[in-house]
Amino acid sequence: MGGYTGKVLRVNLTEGKTSTEPLNMELARKYLSGRGLAGKMFADEVAADVDALSPENKLFIATGALTGTNAPTSGRYVVVTKSPLNGVIASSNSGGQWGAHLKFAGYDMVILEGKADRPVYISIQDDVVEIKDAAHVWGKDVYATTETLKQEFGDDKAKVLSIGPAGENLSLISAVMNDLYRAAGRSGVGAVMGSKNVKAILVRGTGKVENANADVMKNVLSSALGKLRENGVTGQGLPTYGTAVLVNIINETGIYPVNNFQESYDSQADLISGETMTANHLIKKDPCYRCPIACGRYSKWEGGEGAGPEYETVWVFGSNSGIHDFDAIHKANDWCNRLGLDTISVGATIAAGMELVQRGYIKPEELDGTPLEFGNAAGMVEWVRKIGYAEGLGAKMALGSYRLAESYGAPELSMTVKKLEIPAYDPRGVQGQGLQFATSNRGGCHVRGYMISPEVLGLPEKLDRTSLEGKATWVKIFQDLTAVIDSLGLCLFSSFALGLSDYAALVNAVTGENYSDEELLACGERIWNNERLHNLRVGYSAAEDTLPKRLLNDPIVDGPSKGQTLKLAELLPQYYAERGWDGAGVPKPELLTKLGM
Amino acid sequence: MRVTVKLFATFRDGRFKVEERELPEGSKVMSVLEPLNIKPEEVAICLVNGQNVDEQHVLNDGDTIALFPPVGGG
Ligand code: SF4
Repeated sequence: MGGYTGKVLRVNLTEGKTSTEPLNMELARKYLSGRGLAGKMFADEVAADVDALSPENKLFIATGALTGTNAPTSGRYVVVTKSPLNGVIASSNSGGQWGAHLKFAGYDMVILEGKADRPVYISIQDDVVEIKDAAHVWGKDVYATTETLKQEFGDDKAKVLSIGPAGENLSLISAVMNDLYRAAGRSGVGAVMGSKNVKAILVRGTGKVENANADVMKNVLSSALGKLRENGVTGQGLPTYGTAVLVNIINETGIYPVNNFQESYDSQADLISGETMTANHLIKKDPCYRCPIACGRYSKWEGGEGAGPEYETVWVFGSNSGIHDFDAIHKANDWCNRLGLDTISVGATIAAGMELVQRGYIKPEELDGTPLEFGNAAGMVEWVRKIGYAEGLGAKMALGSYRLAESYGAPELSMTVKKLEIPAYDPRGVQGQGLQFATSNRGGCHVRGYMISPEVLGLPEKLDRTSLEGKATWVKIFQDLTAVIDSLGLCLFSSFALGLSDYAALVNAVTGENYSDEELLACGERIWNNERLHNLRVGYSAAEDTLPKRLLNDPIVDGPSKGQTLKLAELLPQYYAERGWDGAGVPKPELLTKLGM
Repeated sequence: MRVTVKLFATFRDGRFKVEERELPEGSKVMSVLEPLNIKPEEVAICLVNGQNVDEQHVLNDGDTIALFPPVGGG
């Protein structure tokens, strides 16, 4: 069979032992690989009540069914675990090269279990797997760790995944980083790795991932590449400007959050737009494995250069913090990469801190002289550093905006869903995206069903962003389709140009399976329901399918979407019905039977 | 009537970022596009005061028109 390597690597850190086992192909047929299969194995193997930072939690690092093949954008892997930020199922994916190379070494997935008694890293060189001492890199940042481990290994073709000091310090908004700049950012997955005393995983693979139907693949591939090339977004927009091209679009639509979502339009946004970045900062493109889109940027700023920043990062350290200084945004982004932090959650936590100061909750004497106010760029950059090293108030902020705001008795100032910080779209002006935020299985997240695509960008067709009509159906289909794309190990951005049939053709050519479009989408639905069931088991309910008060009760105060509100109370019952869930948001038994769960 | 025209991404090449335009009453988006040499099919997103419209949309005094070629991200 092509695509899958058929092998899982388990690392028992408590006993210092490694072992391999066959991939459960029966489950893989139903859950694909990556997010789907790892999510299913996680739900089966990890009890709902374990503490996320205890040795009983497990960290699944899984490639998708197509990762490492010649399918376009097939460089992705996912980190699945219990999130220490909110207790729900975390599944953070990342691009770069590392995921493909894990496949080349012969593994679909690595599972970290237990806890090492001292800092270690895992070295994987094809069949040779070793647990090695990491005392010399513990405390080092991601760049230094990557360089040191590669140098010691003595082969530049090795790829390194690691945590930074933030993950070691158990920051609940810390990331797992790979290939220096790429992040499995969300849900605090870096802290889970840190809690296990694992600093890094170095991989050097010399194998190849086979396609079951090489001849069929040729045609399928050329069709997919053609569509990616001809599509305006994947063929021109993203390659030319990167994701930050969204700054102006989202702003002109009036759904661009400013100053911790207090406003929704920024008259100075163009100062930090993708257009400005391309003109003044771009050095070159920095694509992931086998990606013809190449949205990744490599940029320069005053005193440095490095990867990024992405749209979300520009927004969160920019307008959402009242800042229009590209150099400061770059520096904040660079600190996040070095320290292993999620840019969205870090920036949003700093913005929440700025509002807590603005409203008098945080007192000046708590700041140790570092300004925390909207518009103060130097202060913002310093707070990123302090969060990573857990210094002063930074230690509290390292737990995310919800815990920070709650500790001052003002949790409503945290712009989160299920304690995860909401990304750069004001849901009050985009009904479908608002419903998606409320129902996303990992909390405030835009990449579980990117409704901005039809509601703002007009892809694959234009929807009225203010209308409720059909939105519950769209959200369900987008969520299920995204679960498929994630589990195949492909980039979500490919879906601007490719549709369900293209993905079915790719997976069939690579694996030799024969999924119909409906069967493939049913895998996505199964994956979604598996995640939902886990979240219900850990104690979440329909009550948490909601948004912060500000976004639920108050209309937008300014800009082109002034006066708009999210009609979540109307949308949510429609969505539950669409999903085959009861009024309490619980999947009905007949749905689970139909999905074979 | 007076309207504000904002151009983005590649539409800025050889043109401008923001300009005010004087138009006869009852003008449509089309009459903004024509003198700019932008064909309707090149426009992926046309926002008038933040609302998504097409080139036949009739403009009013004080409107802001934002024009984007195909772009997107996340
Ligand atoms: S589109 Fe961007 S994020 Fe996606 S695989 Fe390509 S370079 Fe990476």
